[in-house]
Amino acid sequence: LASVSLITALAVHCVVLLTMTVFSGYFSHSTDFEVHRNWLAITHSLPVSKWYHENTSEWTLDYPPLFAWFEYSLSHVAQHFDKEMLVVQNLIYTSPATILFQRLSVIVTDIVFIYAVKECCRSVREEKGSKDLLGHPFFILAALLLWNFGLLIVDHIHFQYNGFLFGILLLSVARHLQGRHLEGALLFTVLLNLKHIYLYIAPAYGIFLLRSYCFTKDNTDGSVRWSSFSPVRLVALGSIVISVGALSFGPFIAMGQLPQVLSRLFPFKRGLCHAYWAPNVWALYNMVDKALSVLGVRLKLLDVAKLPKASMTGGLVQEFQHSILPSVSPSITLICTLLSIMPAVLSIWCRPRGARGFLRCLVVCALGSFMFGWHVHEKAILMAILPFSILAVESREDAGIFLMLTTTGHYSLFPLLFTAAELPIKVLLMLLFTLYSFTSLKKLFRGSLLNPLETTYLLGLVAVEILCEVVYPLSPWQHTLPFVPLLVTSVYCSLGVSYSFIRLYVSLLRQHGTDKHKQL
Amino acid sequence: MENWSLVSICVLFGLTARWAVSLNSYSGAGKPPMFGDYEAQRHWQEVTYNLPVHEWYFNTTDNNLNYWGLDYPPLTAYHSLLCAHVAKLINPDWVELHASRGHESYGHKLFMRATVLVADLLIYIPAVVLYSFYLSEGSNKKKVCTVLCILLYPGLILIDYGHFQYNSISLGLALWGVVVLGLGWDVLGSLAFVLSLNYKQMELYHSLPFFCYLLGKCFKQGLAGRGLFLLVKIAVTVLVTFALCWLPFLSDPGQILQVVHRLFPVGRGLFEDKVANTWCSLNVLIKIKTILSTDTQLYFSLTTTLLAILPSSIKLLMKPTLWQFKLALVNSSLAFFLFSFQVHEKSILLPAFMLPLFLKDGLLVPYVVTSLAFLFFSIYLLSAFEHCSEDKLRLGPYRRLLICMPRMDLGRVTKWKFYFSITAMAGLSFMSVALAPPDQLPDLFPLLVSVFSYLHFLGLLLYFNIVQIAEPLQSVRKNQKKSN
Repeated sequence: LASVSLITALAVHCVVLLTMTVFSGYFSHSTDFEVHRNWLAITHSLPVSKWYHENTSEWTLDYPPLFAWFEYSLSHVAQHFDKEMLVVQNLIYTSPATILFQRLSVIVTDIVFIYAVKECCRSVREEKGSKDLLGHPFFILAALLLWNFGLLIVDHIHFQYNGFLFGILLLSVARHLQGRHLEGALLFTVLLNLKHIYLYIAPAYGIFLLRSYCFTKDNTDGSVRWSSFSPVRLVALGSIVISVGALSFGPFIAMGQLPQVLSRLFPFKRGLCHAYWAPNVWALYNMVDKALSVLGVRLKLLDVAKLPKASMTGGLVQEFQHSILPSVSPSITLICTLLSIMPAVLSIWCRPRGARGFLRCLVVCALGSFMFGWHVHEKAILMAILPFSILAVESREDAGIFLMLTTTGHYSLFPLLFTAAELPIKVLLMLLFTLYSFTSLKKLFRGSLLNPLETTYLLGLVAVEILCEVVYPLSPWQHTLPFVPLLVTSVYCSLGVSYSFIRLYVSLLRQHGTDKHKQL
Repeated sequence: MENWSLVSICVLFGLTARWAVSLNSYSGAGKPPMFGDYEAQRHWQEVTYNLPVHEWYFNTTDNNLNYWGLDYPPLTAYHSLLCAHVAKLINPDWVELHASRGHESYGHKLFMRATVLVADLLIYIPAVVLYSFYLSEGSNKKKVCTVLCILLYPGLILIDYGHFQYNSISLGLALWGVVVLGLGWDVLGSLAFVLSLNYKQMELYHSLPFFCYLLGKCFKQGLAGRGLFLLVKIAVTVLVTFALCWLPFLSDPGQILQVVHRLFPVGRGLFEDKVANTWCSLNVLIKIKTILSTDTQLYFSLTTTLLAILPSSIKLLMKPTLWQFKLALVNSSLAFFLFSFQVHEKSILLPAFMLPLFLKDGLLVPYVVTSLAFLFFSIYLLSAFEHCSEDKLRLGPYRRLLICMPRMDLGRVTKWKFYFSITAMAGLSFMSVALAPPDQLPDLFPLLVSVFSYLHFLGLLLYFNIVQIAEPLQSVRKNQKKSN
C-alpha cells in the first residue's frame, strides 16, 4: 500500500514538474537563473584558484566549495547542450538549450528529494486502522512535501536547487528518525558544505548528537549520565565532520584562500532586510519605525530634513539607519537569534525526547533564525515548513500550527512572482496546495484544526491579495508609493508567522513541562 | 476526502495545466503576413466590433474575406463582439479597424488566453463535472477520476490553449446537451445542442445522433399522444433558437445564403493538408483529388458519410437509450471525420495525430507533457488494463465474427495492440522531431502519422459500430448495469 501511494504521489509530482517546464521558456529571466549559469561558467572555465576571486559578473560564487564542485560536475553535462553558456563573459545568456538544461538539472536532482520523501514516509508513525489511500498519513505527507507550493515556485519557476538541498536535509532527518545517526550526521555535514545557511539549524544537530548519541544512556529521571559518555562515538562524529570539511574546503585552505572564501560566503554588507522584507520580526520593527517617523513628522516632533534619506523599501540592498528606533546591526540579530533558540536547545539537552524532540527543536531553530536573522530571504521559511510537515501528520496540535505557518509562509512568497502571466499560476497552485492541506489534515484528525480567529486571519489573506494585486495597481498611489503592497503583504504575514512561532514554542515548552512533571 | 474537495482539486489542476500550456507559443506567432488562428480570432473581434452586422460575412472594402474572413456561425461572431468590447476597455489598439492587423503583444496574448480560460471555466468545466457525477457509472472515486482524465485531455488543451481556438465553448454546449438529455429534459437538451451547433458548424458531426435519439424517444412514447407533443415542443424550440441566433440575418435571404456559403466552402476540394481520413489515405494509392471533379467528390463523400452513419442512426432510432446515444455520438463523429468533405485535422481532437500541426506551432514540449500525463492518468486511474477482459470490452460480438480463432484471448490481444500502438506513436513522434525526411518524400512523416492514425480510426469506427448494433433491442433483465 505504501509503495502504491508513493508511486502515485511521485508520478503526479513528475507530471506537475514537467508541466512547469512547459513554460520554462517563459521564465528564463529570473536572476537566479543567471546566477547558476554564471557559476557553471566559472567552475568550468576557470582554474580552482580563481573560483572565489572571479567577479566579472555581479553574481559571485557565494556558496561553500562543495556546491562549487557540484556545479562543476553539472557543467560537464552542460557542455553537451550548449557550449556558449560556459563562457564567463556571456552574461545573461539564455539560449533555449541553456534553459532546457538548467530546468532539467533541477528536475533530475529532485530525485534526491523524492527519495528523501520516501524515507520520511517510512518513518511516520501512524494509528492502526484501515484507511483508504488518500487518507493515509504516508500519502498525505508525501503529497504535502512533493507538492509543496513554496518549493515548486522557488525551484521550478524561479530556479534554485532547493529540492536537491532539502532532499538531503529531509534524508538526514529521516535517518535520525530511523536511528541511523552517523548517516544523518554525514548527510548534514555534506549539506552544510553545500549551502551554509543551514548553519542556523546546526545547534539543534550539535546538541542532539552530543546528548543523545555520545551519551549512550540516560539516568532514570532523564538527566545526563556523565559516565555513559562514549568517546568513540564523539570521535566518529568528529572525523565525519572534519573529513567532509576537508574535502570541500581543503583545496582552498591549501591555497591560503580561506579568508577570501569566507568573505564571499558571509557578505554582511547587505542590509538588515532584503529588498522585499521577509515576514519576520524586523519587518514589524521597520514598520513600527516608519510609522513612528511618519507620526513624528506629522506631529512636528521631528524635522524631516534630519531623517535619513535612504529608504528601506527602495529595492536596493544597502545599509541604512532606522530613523527613530535604534539601528540593528548584524551582531544584534545574531544575539537575538541565539536567545530565541536557546530554550529549545536547552530543552533537548536536559530532557531529550529522542529523534522527534530533535525534529521539533530543528524546526524551532529554523523558524527562530528566520524571525531574527540578518538579511533573511523569504524563501528561508521553507526550511521550517518542510521538516515541520513530518510532525504535522502525527499530531493534531502540530497540524493546526502547520496550517497557519504554511499558508502564511506560502502567501509571503507571492511577491516573488510579479508578472501578470504568473498570477493565475501562483493563485491556482496556492489554492491547490492550501485546499489539499486543509482537507486532508482535517480528515486525518477528524475535526476542525483552527479556531475562528485563525480562520479569519487566513481569510484575510484573500483580502490582502485582492488589495495588492487588483485594487492597488489601479489606484493613484501606485506611482507615488509603489512599495505599499509589498509592505502590507510582509507585515500581515509576519503576524501569522510570529504567531506560529510562539505557538510552536509554547507546545515545545509545555511538553518539556509535562516531562518534568512525569519524573516527580 | 469529500467529493467537493477532490473535484475542486481536479479542476484546479486542470486549470493549472491549461494556463501552463497557454504561456507557450500560439498558431502563427510571429509569421506575417497571414499569421494563424490566433490572428483570425483577433481579426474577428476587430470586424464584429467596427462593422455593422450585415457586413460581417460579406466581402467589402473594409472587410477582406481573404484575410481570415468569418467562417463560423453567428454565435462565434457574437462571442467575438463581446470579447471585443472587453478588449476596447483594456486597450483600444487591439481592435482598431485595419490598424490592428497582425498585432502581437504580451498584454494582448494574456487577454486572449484569458478569454479562452473564462469561456472554458463557465461552460466546459461545469459540464464535465456534471457529466461525471450524474451520467457515468461507478463509485465516487471513479467519478472523480473521470473528471480528472477528461479535464486533462491533451487534444482540447493543446488546441484551445496552444494553437488557439474556442472549441471548449461548442464542445461544452454539446456536452451540456448530453447531460441535460441524460437527466430527461429533452427540450433543454435540444436547446443546448442548437446553441452548440450555432457556435461551430463542426457540431453537425453530432447532430444526427441527437436527432435520432430525440426522434426515437418520440416514437417510443407513441406518435398518437405524448410523443407527438414532445416532437412539436422540440421542433418549436429548435426553430425558435435558430431564429434567435440568426435574427440579424433573417431580414435578407441574400444574407442567409452568404453566411451558409461561408460556413460550407464547397469550392475548396476534398481535403487539404494531411488529414487522417479516408480520402487522404486513399490518395496515397489512387490520386482521387485529380481524377474526380469537385462536384463528384462532393457527392461521393456525402454518400459514403451517410452510408457510414446509417447503421448507427437506425439502431439509435429503434432503441433510444442513453448508452446507445453515447455510442452513436462516437460513431457519428468518427464517420463524419473519416468520410466527409474538407475536413481539418482539428475536427478529431486527437493529439497523437495532430503532431505535425503542433510542431508547426512550436508546441512540442506541451504535447509530450500533456499526452504523457493523460496516458498515465487514464491508464492508472481508470484502470484501463484491469478492464481489459473480454467481457468488459464487450468483445462478445467479435467472438462471433471471428469464429475461426476461438482460442485467442481477445482481451490480451487488445492490450498488446495498445502497447504496440503507443510505442509506434512514440516512435513516429520522435522521428518527426529528430530526423529529417528523405528528399524524394518531403511529407513522409506527416503522411505516416496520418495513415497510421487513419487505420486506428477506421478500426475504432468498426469496433464501436459493432458494439452499438450488437446490443439487443430489449435490455435483458440480467445486465442491469448497462441498461441505462
